[in-house]
Amino acid sequence: MEYLVLPRSSFDLFVEYLVRRGKVVAPVAKGNGQFVFSEVRKGSDIALRYILTILPPKKYFMPQYETLAEYDTRRGQKLQPVVEVEPLILFGVHTCDLAGIQCLDVVFSDRPKDLNYLVRREYITVIGLECNDYCDTYASCGLMGTFLPQGGYDLFFTDLGEYFLIHVGTQKGEDLVRDIPFLERAQSQHLAELEALRARKAQIFRPEVPVDRALLPRMFREGFEAGVWEEIGNRCLSCANCTNVCPTCYCFDVRDVPDVNLVTGRRIRVWDSCQNEPFAKIASGESFRAERSDRKRHRFNRKFSYPVKRYNRFFCTGCGRCSRVCMAKIDLKETITRLAQETGYLKV
Amino acid sequence: MEKLLLSHTGYEVKEARILRTSRLTEKDKLFELSLVDGEILDFEPGQFVEVSLLGVGEAPISISSSPTKRQSFELCVRAVGRLTTALHRLEAGDVVGIRGPFGVGFPITRLIGHDLLLIAGGIGIAPLRSLINYVMDNRRDFGRVHVLFGCKDPQNLLFRDEIELWQRRMDVGFQCTVDRADPDWKGNVGMVTALIPGVDINPEETFAVMVGPPVMYRFVIAELLKKGIPEGQIVLSLERHMKCGLGKCGHCQIHDIYCCQDGPVFFYEKIKDLKGAI
Repeated sequence: MEYLVLPRSSFDLFVEYLVRRGKVVAPVAKGNGQFVFSEVRKGSDIALRYILTILPPKKYFMPQYETLAEYDTRRGQKLQPVVEVEPLILFGVHTCDLAGIQCLDVVFSDRPKDLNYLVRREYITVIGLECNDYCDTYASCGLMGTFLPQGGYDLFFTDLGEYFLIHVGTQKGEDLVRDIPFLERAQSQHLAELEALRARKAQIFRPEVPVDRALLPRMFREGFEAGVWEEIGNRCLSCANCTNVCPTCYCFDVRDVPDVNLVTGRRIRVWDSCQNEPFAKIASGESFRAERSDRKRHRFNRKFSYPVKRYNRFFCTGCGRCSRVCMAKIDLKETITRLAQETGYLKV
Repeated sequence: MEKLLLSHTGYEVKEARILRTSRLTEKDKLFELSLVDGEILDFEPGQFVEVSLLGVGEAPISISSSPTKRQSFELCVRAVGRLTTALHRLEAGDVVGIRGPFGVGFPITRLIGHDLLLIAGGIGIAPLRSLINYVMDNRRDFGRVHVLFGCKDPQNLLFRDEIELWQRRMDVGFQCTVDRADPDWKGNVGMVTALIPGVDINPEETFAVMVGPPVMYRFVIAELLKKGIPEGQIVLSLERHMKCGLGKCGHCQIHDIYCCQDGPVFFYEKIKDLKGAI
């Protein structure tokens, strides 16, 4: 796949071109240093330098509320499965969030496949945007190795000042840019500038916690009874902010929503959270993760240990959102540091 | 937002008609069902289905009958939640939705040719009954068979009529115990664990299969190991809330395992190091 050059002066034209093709969503400034993915109509709507959005792009791939099936009780107990789709161009996705989308792809492609996710996914075009520097101090993309693009995009933008370098990642991306007159093929000096940027980044993005990433699953296994779980469990408010904003948290509840006529209705799925006490409760009343420390530990293991075994992939993208939104100021980097100290995995 | 109508996503249900109901206890009701389209529900003992009532929702219920009885299947339902309470209001002729069967059932191919020690606690008899009846129907495929059943008190004894039949059979050693007796009770009193030392088995040849609450597992497993049954021959079914049945929603997860897809039936040696599993 090839690299293309978009002169900065043509960026607005490019966005206009996208908007003509369909709905475009991109990071937009909300004020108070907060950003959200939201619909844009022109280039100047887009915040090209942004601290990660409050919610990750997950909200488009796996909406918070989603209809799984519709029913009409006059037709018996049958359900009509539905998939809600919307053609969408997602612009400005940072590499950590691309990694998050890849995690969701893996989960929902795993058999039995989740067609609600996979069918909707096909309607979304993903355009990535490289981070030239840290967004803020909460991120741990250095540790997780997610500050460089590793696929998961149709097009990928790198801001190189006078121009954007665009990497074409898929056929879908290729089709999108094929007829744009103001794009040029990249020359060797452009690629050299990209190399130079990546070399600079390798100096900037270092493991934020001095631990060996490959040893993290082992560290979490060995640290299952560590004191840090009790410590953060005592502070945790079980508010589920961390799971809501996490780009890879996909747990859900299935519920029925009858219409007011009580004849028709929908079966929906809604984001759920392992941080809520009833999450692992069974009919007899037994709760398998009754303590907040159990639930915090479960969530951390679901990022750094369990999925590595199951999907061969970390489910922490280092985006830092959980630390940013935690009302009890439970910090991911601090938690890993404490666990590494307790288990002897902290490099000195 | 566009809406695509699909015939299959995994969330569609099959309609099943209730053929018969019988009340087993104050809280437990047995439903015999068959699929409305005439198909046979293709399941293994130990598997479960999601039972759906439109407007109410779904709940995972283990299949209580043996697949050797093909024309219908049975669900033993305790009224504890919203869906199960609504189910209790239904009678013969009513229709429900069914998804599944889901999960890994009892490892029958491994059990064949061996002696069996089947242990149920409380409502654990509901899923285990599927295996018990399968074994009864294929009795020659198995060696010596012992069934131990413990429950709280005689009022909560499930499948009373069937228990009498099992007790009368000469080719099955059946023992039943209650935690608290009443004046009419003539059987054993005490925990099901207390029955294990007295059972005459050849541990190398025996597979122990149990279904019950976590607290029962802790004590029963200790007794079985004391008895000399190898860890690789102890089989148990873990109860969790299987919400989606498809290994996605996360409710039934134990470490990296999804009970609904990887279980609910596990060999003890596979899960013994998973803290919090039992």
